[in-house]
Amino acid sequence: MSDSKSDPKDFIAGMDSNARRSPTRVVFVTRRTSAQVKVADEDQVQTYPELLFRAVVAIEVLAIALVGMALLFNAPLEGIADPSHTPNPAKAPWYFLGLQEMLHYFPPVVAGVLVPGLVVMALIVIPYFNINIEAEGLFLKDRKRRVPIFYAAVAALCVFLLSFDVYVALGPTLIVAAFMLLAVQSSPHSTSAFRRGLAAKPLSFWIMTWFLFELTVLTAVGTFFRGPGWSWVLPWRS
Amino acid sequence: MAKTITNYFEELRGTRVWRSVFRSGTGSSPLHRALAVQQNVFLHLFSTKVRTRMLSFSTTWYLGTLTLGTFLILVGTGIPLMFYYHPSVPQAYADTKDLQFVVSSGLFLRNLHRWSAHAMVFLVFAHMFKVFYRGAYRPPREFNWVIGVILLLITLLLSYTGYLLPWDQLAFWAITVGSNIASAVPVMGNKVHFLMLGGNVVNANALLRFYVLHCMILPLVAILFVAIHFWRIRKDGGLYAHQSEPKTVAAQSVPAVTKGVPVQ
Repeated sequence: MSDSKSDPKDFIAGMDSNARRSPTRVVFVTRRTSAQVKVADEDQVQTYPELLFRAVVAIEVLAIALVGMALLFNAPLEGIADPSHTPNPAKAPWYFLGLQEMLHYFPPVVAGVLVPGLVVMALIVIPYFNINIEAEGLFLKDRKRRVPIFYAAVAALCVFLLSFDVYVALGPTLIVAAFMLLAVQSSPHSTSAFRRGLAAKPLSFWIMTWFLFELTVLTAVGTFFRGPGWSWVLPWRS
Repeated sequence: MAKTITNYFEELRGTRVWRSVFRSGTGSSPLHRALAVQQNVFLHLFSTKVRTRMLSFSTTWYLGTLTLGTFLILVGTGIPLMFYYHPSVPQAYADTKDLQFVVSSGLFLRNLHRWSAHAMVFLVFAHMFKVFYRGAYRPPREFNWVIGVILLLITLLLSYTGYLLPWDQLAFWAITVGSNIASAVPVMGNKVHFLMLGGNVVNANALLRFYVLHCMILPLVAILFVAIHFWRIRKDGGLYAHQSEPKTVAAQSVPAVTKGVPVQ
């Protein structure tokens, strides 16, 4: 707010939050605080009708798609529940088949309680860590320490997965690790935009992407590729 | 034609009955349009104005809106389904069969309910990942992210409790497999399992518990948290605006009268 040409003695820095005594005040934004500045010239529209009408159209398109699906495909209905006759395999709803696939490898307390509990905890705490707020490129700072930790973490994870025979989860891990290796080799000055992007990705991005990849692969395997006795089957050979 | 419909609608908004219901009255000025949102008990969860770039499809993919859409469809199809359903063994299965073969449009209702439920689970996950990759969990929106995680869990529970209701082999064994995981909880696993099912195995008690949770408790909790979720968007300053997303130029045509209307 100060004019560089003016005499520096024209003002003194002070602390005051009383708007009557000092009507013009300067905001000092210190580290770890966020200034919620409202951009004055940002273009705005009215919620009614602009947003509400768009929302209604979006929901209508969705409704038409779902009605079409409901007309074309029937919901499954099997014989009446019979506790004495266990189907093979007995499968949970599709969104739990990633968990059921993990139950195949790990004891129930790990796959059924520990892992989902930790995932929910991890999701909740994401916005409460400054590393996720600042979200700086993982390998841009402190490379000498972070790169060896990254190698050790990937190696430990691979050994862990191999020791429990979880070959399914190994693929996504190695693919994400390969992109992270490329990120190590990249910098904000790389010639390709893709590599500049990789270099800027923070730790939370890599962990979440790995989680999304594993979730998709495990759920897909549990849904389509598991048959009697939880053995491998091909979905097109039933 | 469109002009005529608009005129009729404006006329309707001006009538005494309409004004007694909606309070905001007639008029298409920015002030009146702001009041139409602000003076409505449901719409006042939202702000009266939104950033233009938040309307573009690429910003949100409308995933939150679509999730709300599936929830509305599920309530709309779930209530008529309840009219034809008894949560008892073996009547539940017979009722489901009747929906399939006897009740008019019963098959369609059940199909729509089922596919919407799957869509809702998928959309909630998609919404979460989209919000994460936009970095929209940042302060001051931390707690709305947490409410979102709670809503994800409620959605999974809603879908899971509904899965048992047809009382067929698929339902019975899916819930058996899922509920057995609860037994793995250290120390009190069997107690949790018993509390969940009202017995040691999936039986008529479990069906009744799941029915009450599915049709009453979980939807009410979901509506409560959805309301907080929407209200927090307004309170936290609208949807998260990423710096790298292009800002549009300020609109020149917005009349000065809007300045007197509280935005948040």
